[in-house]
Amino acid sequence: MTNLNKTSKQANKTPNIKAALSLATGALLGTSILTAGAAQAEEVDEWQFDSAFLLYSEVDRVTATEAIIAGTKVFENDEILSLKLTVDALTGASANGAVAQPKAQTFTRPSGNGQYVTPAGETPLDDTFHDTRVQLNGQWTQPLSENITGSVGGHFSKEYDYLSLGVNGNLAYDFNKKNSTISMGLSYFQDTFTPEGGIPKPHSSMLVGDSSAPEWDTEFAKTRIGDSDDKSTADILVGFTQVINRRMITAFNYSYSMVDGYLTDPFKVVSVLNNDGLAQDYIYESRPDSRVKQSTFMQAKYNFDDSLLNTVADVSYRYMWDDWGINSHTIDTRFTVPVGATSYIEPHIRFYQQGAADFYQPYIIEEQAPIGFVSADYRIGEMTAVTVGAKYGVVLNDGNELSFRLEYYRQTPTNAGFAELSALKGQDIYPVVEALIAQVSYSF
Amino acid sequence: MKVNKTVFKTLSLTNSSKLNASKVKLALLTAITLSLSACSSLGVEPWERDLLAKKEMALTSNPIDAALDDHIYFSKEASSGGKSFGGGGCGCN
Repeated sequence: MTNLNKTSKQANKTPNIKAALSLATGALLGTSILTAGAAQAEEVDEWQFDSAFLLYSEVDRVTATEAIIAGTKVFENDEILSLKLTVDALTGASANGAVAQPKAQTFTRPSGNGQYVTPAGETPLDDTFHDTRVQLNGQWTQPLSENITGSVGGHFSKEYDYLSLGVNGNLAYDFNKKNSTISMGLSYFQDTFTPEGGIPKPHSSMLVGDSSAPEWDTEFAKTRIGDSDDKSTADILVGFTQVINRRMITAFNYSYSMVDGYLTDPFKVVSVLNNDGLAQDYIYESRPDSRVKQSTFMQAKYNFDDSLLNTVADVSYRYMWDDWGINSHTIDTRFTVPVGATSYIEPHIRFYQQGAADFYQPYIIEEQAPIGFVSADYRIGEMTAVTVGAKYGVVLNDGNELSFRLEYYRQTPTNAGFAELSALKGQDIYPVVEALIAQVSYSF
Repeated sequence: MKVNKTVFKTLSLTNSSKLNASKVKLALLTAITLSLSACSSLGVEPWERDLLAKKEMALTSNPIDAALDDHIYFSKEASSGGKSFGGGGCGCN
């Protein structure tokens, strides 16, 4: 693919779309390329674009579509500017936290306007999720001295009910003939969440009834504590990369992340069951207002020789732990196998396993009503997940690269030792979530 | 007697776990020192970077795929980051 890359960079017979995008990017940056002479026309061509369209579709649940376009330009003194626009849309149903029951259950929508009914024996899903998100990222990277590279970046993301602003900075120091690199990065995000229906009062009961009744709005407001809340995230990342030999490179990272503010999911409830396991009530979940996450990450890449088809193996492992009591293991492997001179196939396998947060409970038993934090969100419960898939990429005659990716993702939540109540026998308390990930990418 | 035994067990457990912790620390320190001193003998000359310079040998060979994957797993699992920053950015979890 080295050759392919060269070809793509040389592709001066660029399609009009690239020229148009380069013009648009130039205009946004205030760099006038309209007055371009021959020399500047060449500069226009230095923009390299990567685009992708992704479809993520869960069986009976959420469907997300995401489009990305990213432009990168290398300037005279090796400065690199990267800009990225991401747009995504989410529709479908999401688990509301309550457990399946032998009889139908009625829930109030997060907005307070109307109800939805979950049939007997089914996992309660709230089907009101619709959201569109626009995200912009910019990153400037440049050499600061012969061995030091600096980078700064910004992030903006807006959804109907969510705003996120972020900045980051990174320094990397190369030594040992640039075979070793130490890097340190800092990032800070400030997020504001303005959920439909406001912020529910933790532990308050979900109001269920006639939402057109005159006293409904007053009663519903009693379960709310505000319209919006904030969250800040500060990350420190320390990294070390080492070239082992001509065929192998390794990386080691340690990261420390502090999240403060509103970490509760305003759309999630917890079922309150009687001793038989029958639902009596649904209360809004409550999470701590801070979380400290740490992780170690190791990666190795190896370029095999002819006898193994010049395959590039990419293997990584991450161990994450936090002060909520969650820990997780992630193993990710990719094998890039060249097929002929202009294409490749890339199988991908990912394995993930996590332990439950200390305050995770699939449900509450009435007589043991909680006074502390509680959440029935399976995403902070015990689970394993597997992703299996492959990507096929081909370099076209004009040097541009087209690729297709298809993957299957399966989450298997497991019981972290909670008692099974009689009415829940035969109910799927830890339902499997399956999703298909399909992606088309085009680089030009 | 039973109570005493339990106390003794707890104490000995604490001691052994302390011992283990210091052993682990020592082993880690040794490993880090060894690997750092070994690093100077690792690596290649600038003219031997033909394979390492290939796009697919970059640590993040496809940033777009990586960004999309991060978004999916950030939304569906309790972990994020590690390879790069795992910070906020969306209301998806």
